[in-house]
Amino acid sequence: MTDKITNWTSADDAMVENAIRRGASRRELLKMLLAGGAAVAAGSLVLGRASQAVAAEPVSGGSFKAAGWSSSTADTLDPAKASLSTDYVRCCSLYNRLTFLDKDGVTQMELAESFDSKDAKTWTVKLRKGVTFHDGKDLTADDVVYSLKRHLDKAVGSKVAKIAAQMTGFKAVDKSTVEITLADPNADLPTILALHHFMIVADGTTDFSKGNGTGAFVLQTFEPGVRSVVTKNKNYWKSGKPYLDSFEFIAITDDSARVNALLSGDINFAAAINPRSMKLLESQQGFELSKTTAGNYTDLNIRLDMDPGSKADFVAGMKYLVNREQIVKSALRGLGEVGNDQPVSPANIFHNADLKPKAFDPDKAKFHFQKSGLLGQSIPVIASDAATSSIDMAVIIQAAGADIGMKLDVQRVPSDGYWDNYWLKAPVHFGNINPRPTPDILFSLLYASSAPWNESQYKSEKFDKLLVEARGSLDQAKRKEIYNQMQVMVSEEAGTIIPAYISNVDALSSKVKGLEANPLGGMMGYAMAEYLWLEA
Amino acid sequence: MTSGVLNLVLKRLGIAAITLLIVLFAVFFATSMLPGDTASILLGQAATPEAVAGLREAMHLNDPAILRFLRWLVGLLHGDLGTSYANEMPVAALIGGRLVNTMKLAGITALLSVPLALTLGITAAMLRGSVYDRTVTVLSIGVISVPEFMVATLAVLLFAVYLRWLPALSSVNEAHSLTDLVRIYAMPVITLTFVISAQMIRMTRAAVIETLSTPYVEMALLKGASRSRMVLRHALPNALGPIVNAIALSLSYLVGGVIIVETIFNYPGIAKLMVDAVATRDLPLIQSCAMIFCLGYLLLITTADIVAIMSNPRLR
Repeated sequence: MTDKITNWTSADDAMVENAIRRGASRRELLKMLLAGGAAVAAGSLVLGRASQAVAAEPVSGGSFKAAGWSSSTADTLDPAKASLSTDYVRCCSLYNRLTFLDKDGVTQMELAESFDSKDAKTWTVKLRKGVTFHDGKDLTADDVVYSLKRHLDKAVGSKVAKIAAQMTGFKAVDKSTVEITLADPNADLPTILALHHFMIVADGTTDFSKGNGTGAFVLQTFEPGVRSVVTKNKNYWKSGKPYLDSFEFIAITDDSARVNALLSGDINFAAAINPRSMKLLESQQGFELSKTTAGNYTDLNIRLDMDPGSKADFVAGMKYLVNREQIVKSALRGLGEVGNDQPVSPANIFHNADLKPKAFDPDKAKFHFQKSGLLGQSIPVIASDAATSSIDMAVIIQAAGADIGMKLDVQRVPSDGYWDNYWLKAPVHFGNINPRPTPDILFSLLYASSAPWNESQYKSEKFDKLLVEARGSLDQAKRKEIYNQMQVMVSEEAGTIIPAYISNVDALSSKVKGLEANPLGGMMGYAMAEYLWLEA
Repeated sequence: MTSGVLNLVLKRLGIAAITLLIVLFAVFFATSMLPGDTASILLGQAATPEAVAGLREAMHLNDPAILRFLRWLVGLLHGDLGTSYANEMPVAALIGGRLVNTMKLAGITALLSVPLALTLGITAAMLRGSVYDRTVTVLSIGVISVPEFMVATLAVLLFAVYLRWLPALSSVNEAHSLTDLVRIYAMPVITLTFVISAQMIRMTRAAVIETLSTPYVEMALLKGASRSRMVLRHALPNALGPIVNAIALSLSYLVGGVIIVETIFNYPGIAKLMVDAVATRDLPLIQSCAMIFCLGYLLLITTADIVAIMSNPRLR
């Protein structure tokens, strides 16, 4: 039942939308949906979504309460240090970025009016005029320079220090023009600066507890690990926005408690619902689900520089042994899209749609294992709750291996310390990678010879060359071509098996309108606060 | 109070202080044994060696852990709990509000469950072997056997989701009136009462039954004392020691052991703070929470011991 709705595509949405515009009745629509293979229960959910797009103008007012899934005393309002979804949501409501990604993954201007560069190395950024911080100060080039430069300071502990390191020169040309110089040409700079960490703070800020930004909301209360309350910024520079009077964000770590709070009306929005709770929500009136596949994935990493991964046939065998469809169906309970062993997700404009996932083929797998001489030996595979669903995936792969006489010894280790002790270290282990907005960031971080997180120790000079070439080119068509080729290379040559892109499902009250999917993640790429409105 | 009792009490307090020190050291070593340190955990997956080194430098984490621990102990003597590693706020500020919340929850639960448990326990003992006694016994064993997350979840499903009488979350910050307060505390308090009353009922019943069979109670009966006077005046004071101990043990659980209730009702108490602190290896915060749990426990147990001593004529 639940996996039905996940077959729903944007094309289906468009079909239903057109029908509504033509004045089709609910009954006719349900017929249409059933013909399309969606169940009735799912039908009502989708109807809610589709009619939303046709809905009337947004209404202002109302207070909104949402719950995320994690929080800790380390919660912060310093964008550079943000590490949890909770931090991103709060930062998005208080600050702005120079650019942001829209629902189609296209980079749009926010605090910047334009990004210009002739060589992709020296960038001139024109800032929007008439933008003020919550404390009344005007936004100037100095604020932008300060905000970006901070990431290079080790004492700040920025989460994106590595990505920021390519920015070597910052200059405030005049009040509303910033010049950024890069170490090497990079055509993706506008997209990179859409990352949440690159939010713009006021020049000289060291105490972030006030949340003084240019964003849609002003901070009222913030208790790390407990909650935050923000209220409408009446002088917000985007006319008409935000719609909500106040926005409260808490975290409820317990999955069922989060769903119950939504059902009892204590909150209007529950982020990241697990598939088990979806059935419960579908049986209730007045709630909707919103699914986002942003490119988060759990992968099986086989290090190519040590046994057993140094034997090419073992890696090839494993790629045939992984039943991707079954992993999506049972390990992810239908909430995912089958992957093809490369990190650029379908939500990305550079995704190579022609690269088909490897079919599950135990015979071919057995042939390769035999060739590698490892058939019958026991190979340890490290899995942990730290890498989403990796335990379930490991069990599925283990069972497939047992059928052909390949012993995989799945070792379950604790999540605490997993990233320090096992990830990147064990010969065969699982990783989990969060969405990144550009292929360049993904490849530089995960597959270049010098990549800090080269999960399978993949080394290819040709790949490194292509990476630099695509990065420095301002010709979009050419870049697309190169990235397509690189995705094929990673899929064929690297030791990382990416069986699926994991979907995130948010649940919300039907009164909440304006939610769209976003390639940066659930909750509209965490930026939902300024776009949502409540039905009167 | 004679000097004998005073000596006993002082001895107890001395033992309590030493226990506290031992616990703090044990917690410190346990924390040190955990993999990962604050800097690498704060940076999470993005922890490249140089980033971790830079942040460690900035956070002054390069001193040996034992030195930092001793420094924290010295600060403690001045009444300073130190500064949290994770968010650079004073530990006292982080703990303050949450300790008050925990105390409120524990206080209300104690006010409800102690009289309830004593009444049920004593009456069950008086009517030993009756249908009433059996019912109480069976129910209390039944309640002990149901894990609290189940009690809490069922309560939420029934009262919040289906009946919509009570909020599913206990947002203490939003209590503006007595009605709000009652609605917010109803479910967590009921859940905790379920959890801790059973033990107290059983202990009370056992202790009272034991003293009822002693010669001096029989003597009171022969002298013609009424049944209730016999129990309350003659038996109960002599059963007080074990009963108070059972109460103390049950209540000490309310100080640090209510993590499940805090999680399900999203109640900002101190147990969850400690879990957070362990997750980020936030030493000053872990130590401060551990100290508070340990203090609460010692305070209750020591009080129970002193009450037991005072109620025993032979020790008095």
